[in-house]
Amino acid sequence: MTVDVLPGLTAKVRAAVHPGAGACACGTDTSVLADRADGTVVRHADTVAKAHAPGTDVGELAARVAVAAHPALDGVLLAPLVSSAAELHGRLVTFWPYGTPVDPETPEAAPWEEAATLLARLHRTPEAVLPSGLPPMRGPAKAARAVARLRAAGPHPAAGPVLRAWSVLPAWARNEAPMEHAQALCHGDLHLGQLVRDPGGAWLLIDIDDLGLGEPAWDLARPAAWFACGLLPPEEWTRFLTAYQKAEGPALPADTDPWPALDVPARALTVQTGALAIAKAMAAGRALDEVQLAVIDACDRMAAHPPELAPGFPT
Amino acid sequence: MQCPKCRAPMHTYNRNGVQIEQCSGCRGIFLDYGELESLTRLESQWQQPAPPPPAAPAAPQAYPSAPAPAWGAPHGGHGGHYGHKRHKKSFGHMLFSS
Repeated sequence: MTVDVLPGLTAKVRAAVHPGAGACACGTDTSVLADRADGTVVRHADTVAKAHAPGTDVGELAARVAVAAHPALDGVLLAPLVSSAAELHGRLVTFWPYGTPVDPETPEAAPWEEAATLLARLHRTPEAVLPSGLPPMRGPAKAARAVARLRAAGPHPAAGPVLRAWSVLPAWARNEAPMEHAQALCHGDLHLGQLVRDPGGAWLLIDIDDLGLGEPAWDLARPAAWFACGLLPPEEWTRFLTAYQKAEGPALPADTDPWPALDVPARALTVQTGALAIAKAMAAGRALDEVQLAVIDACDRMAAHPPELAPGFPT
Repeated sequence: MQCPKCRAPMHTYNRNGVQIEQCSGCRGIFLDYGELESLTRLESQWQQPAPPPPAAPAAPQAYPSAPAPAWGAPHGGHGGHYGHKRHKKSFGHMLFSS
């Protein structure tokens, strides 16, 4: 049933760069930026084409692309080249300008302040600019999917602490109840691979597949989880946190302890990271490494400390 | 003045403005009325601006007070991951993964 979309996608991205031309004459290669179950991304010259995950809802994707194309989000989200999606072997395809990513070899050079400021601006987006039909952000859905993948992978000694930590989270964080308590525009899957520089050097957020309405603290929860697991140095976490507060991000109080707001999302992201680490290690026949074990240890410690409840958070 | 205990001569010392007498023989100390209270007061003033307890030696931190959740890694944690080659690779991958 699954068709390799790579050849067709390569042809599409070349045609987008050279409309009307029979063959590519620019002399540049097409590179594959990602080829995973949740999306295939290819680049030709300054254009990127993405084949979204099989089963992606056409209306939901259109609403998300419309947000990225809206002038109110200029300078926050990378805007698409074309506002409607094409189709290829049943997959939806969108086109984007190429942006330079964070160098994975030097994560210590990550633009923490810029990332935090972009998120604060995203979260402050007025409701009036959002298209009707914009779905919820998919953070809790992704966490639930990671836990399902862990359950399907079979028994593993580290699975217990991860599943126990998951079981005490409130229903909304497990994607079992709607996120009605918060309706901010959220990215839904923030990590360092979701930032690119435009030709002018300005940082922008990319990847709108999980974008939608919901709890904005979710977008801060991956760095928060890395810090809490003892992996991200406190100075880098503090740079990110204070930049978000300085930019008046609505997910956190301006000058008090951020953890009542961060606790549940950071737990969920820790569980998600641990669940995927175990599932992938099992599939590859590998043991967990020290960094992954630090995440499992954090899940283990959660059992002794029930989730904090921020004011207004449902249980 | 002679020591009331061993009769050796006592010497007067000034400690932060408080006169104390110490015996040159048994090293015993004689305090006049109110001097003990003065010393106690000086001691508490000394302790207030004392430096905070040193941070964990493994992780010198510019922001030692970053609040953390109760389930967070023990102080210091794996903090210095960038320094370890294997940590860096594995955490580097985590930083860029969904």
